[in-house]
Amino acid sequence: MADYAGRLPVATPESQPYWDGLKEHKLMLPTCDDCGPHFYPRPFCPMPKCFNWDIKWTQASGKGKVHTFVISHQPIPPYNTEDNAPPYVIAVIELEEGPRMMSNLIIDDPYSTTVDMDVEIVFDDVTDEVTLPKFKPA
Amino acid sequence: MDQIRHKVAIVGAAETDDLGQLPHMSRLALHAQAAKNALDDAGMSLADVDGLLCAGAIPNEVAEYLGIQPRYIDGTSVGGCSFMIHVRHAVAAIMAGYCDVALITHGESGRSGVDAPRGGSASSPGGQYEAPFAIGGAPTTFSIPVLRHFHEYGTTKEHLAHIAAATRAWANLNPMAMMGSHRRAPERGGGPITPQDVLNSRMICYPFNLLDCCVVADGGGALVLVSEERAKDFAKDPVYVLGAGEAAAHWMVSQMRDHTTADGYRIAGEAAYKSAGLGPQDIDHCMFYDAFTFTPLMAAEDLGFVPKGEGGPFFAETKTGPDGEVIYKSGPGGDFPMNTNGGGLSYCHTGMYGMFAIVESVRQLRGECGDRQVPDVNVSMAHGPGGMFASAGTIILSNA
Ligand SMILES: [Zn+2]
Repeated sequence: MADYAGRLPVATPESQPYWDGLKEHKLMLPTCDDCGPHFYPRPFCPMPKCFNWDIKWTQASGKGKVHTFVISHQPIPPYNTEDNAPPYVIAVIELEEGPRMMSNLIIDDPYSTTVDMDVEIVFDDVTDEVTLPKFKPA
Repeated sequence: MDQIRHKVAIVGAAETDDLGQLPHMSRLALHAQAAKNALDDAGMSLADVDGLLCAGAIPNEVAEYLGIQPRYIDGTSVGGCSFMIHVRHAVAAIMAGYCDVALITHGESGRSGVDAPRGGSASSPGGQYEAPFAIGGAPTTFSIPVLRHFHEYGTTKEHLAHIAAATRAWANLNPMAMMGSHRRAPERGGGPITPQDVLNSRMICYPFNLLDCCVVADGGGALVLVSEERAKDFAKDPVYVLGAGEAAAHWMVSQMRDHTTADGYRIAGEAAYKSAGLGPQDIDHCMFYDAFTFTPLMAAEDLGFVPKGEGGPFFAETKTGPDGEVIYKSGPGGDFPMNTNGGGLSYCHTGMYGMFAIVESVRQLRGECGDRQVPDVNVSMAHGPGGMFASAGTIILSNA
């Protein structure tokens, strides 16, 4: 895991709870009492008429749907080795709670992916420090 | 009707001497050469310039490099549509008296990478929430909305392939176009292509095959704008700005509100139509930024040329010419002349292609386009996105 070749995120103070949650295999979403959860993490509610700075972290179910996707044939790290070669799926997942997020779909045949298919979260511990939220067919 | 209509004109427009693979030229040298060519086109000198607008460079960088001290600057750099937005800002600046002669420059070593800044912070939203999922530049992100559009409206890869074939047909009429028959031999992929050729080309990132994607090039372009009164004194006919619009809709493509509608296109387009006092039915010629085949389809829909969801069948419509040749909807001889320089797909794409779209609008309005000249062009629209449908800029230009 130490030689993970993909690009790694670096948390900011505001996003630290999100990445800490993933490390514990929990998908935590910043949530406004009035408007619900949002993605990506900001320290306020990004609804222009709300802009409330009283945010709580709530755990998402990890269930969702493929909102849209592509199948990349590019050898982009970490999909650049014999064991982990392209093609691979980059998808926008619509979470059950509403927000959408970019991820990868872990699926044997990328071309069997369909828009609106049900998926669930997979916690990919790519390094000792970083866990990425990925998805697989539900 | 808005007060900007017909108040400012483009009096100079040009590319760099060459486009394509230019490893002997840096980013800033491309800015400078484009500036020289646009000023020559206007019959002006650098000493006349007192307003400078640029993208992909800090205005001070370009000003110092050129040796000028402008009294108006704008470094709006939001991707390929930055230059449409610069035109809009230049109109306002000239009307306000902030400057008299606005120079807009673009230079990008998109292929050779000579002083080409790359990559962002791993702590930025993009660095945290998109980059870790093996995003590899525009082919893996500009493609993201497409399958949702296919799903909602029945758009197909065959539909998109017609746009590539039509655009290549224009490139074959433009001596500067990288993939046109003038510059590239058939055995190296140049010259005419069919929709089937597009579908048969190498898969880059489904749903985009190689020929759904723009070329990757080095190059630059520039524009010179002055007030309407002053524009009458030039050797070439002025090209007036009738209307303009801009918008910032999102940044990361995963956060696009609706992946089948570019909100930015709609906001920018509505502002451009309103200020010009025109609608889609009044536009004779369209330059719709084509980083990929899907990009101009979205423009045709969101700018009101075709109802939402009907862009695919619209562009896939063909007719047969007098010699039995296929005439594509947006190609030479078609009913919807679009991307007549050969587009980002087949002419040139540096990374921020919007400048070249505007240069072609100016040339079509001046009647300078030779074999590819569209008859009776009086009103042209140049429109583009910045980022992955993230921002947008729309301008409506006229020769009268
Ligand atoms: Zn709220």
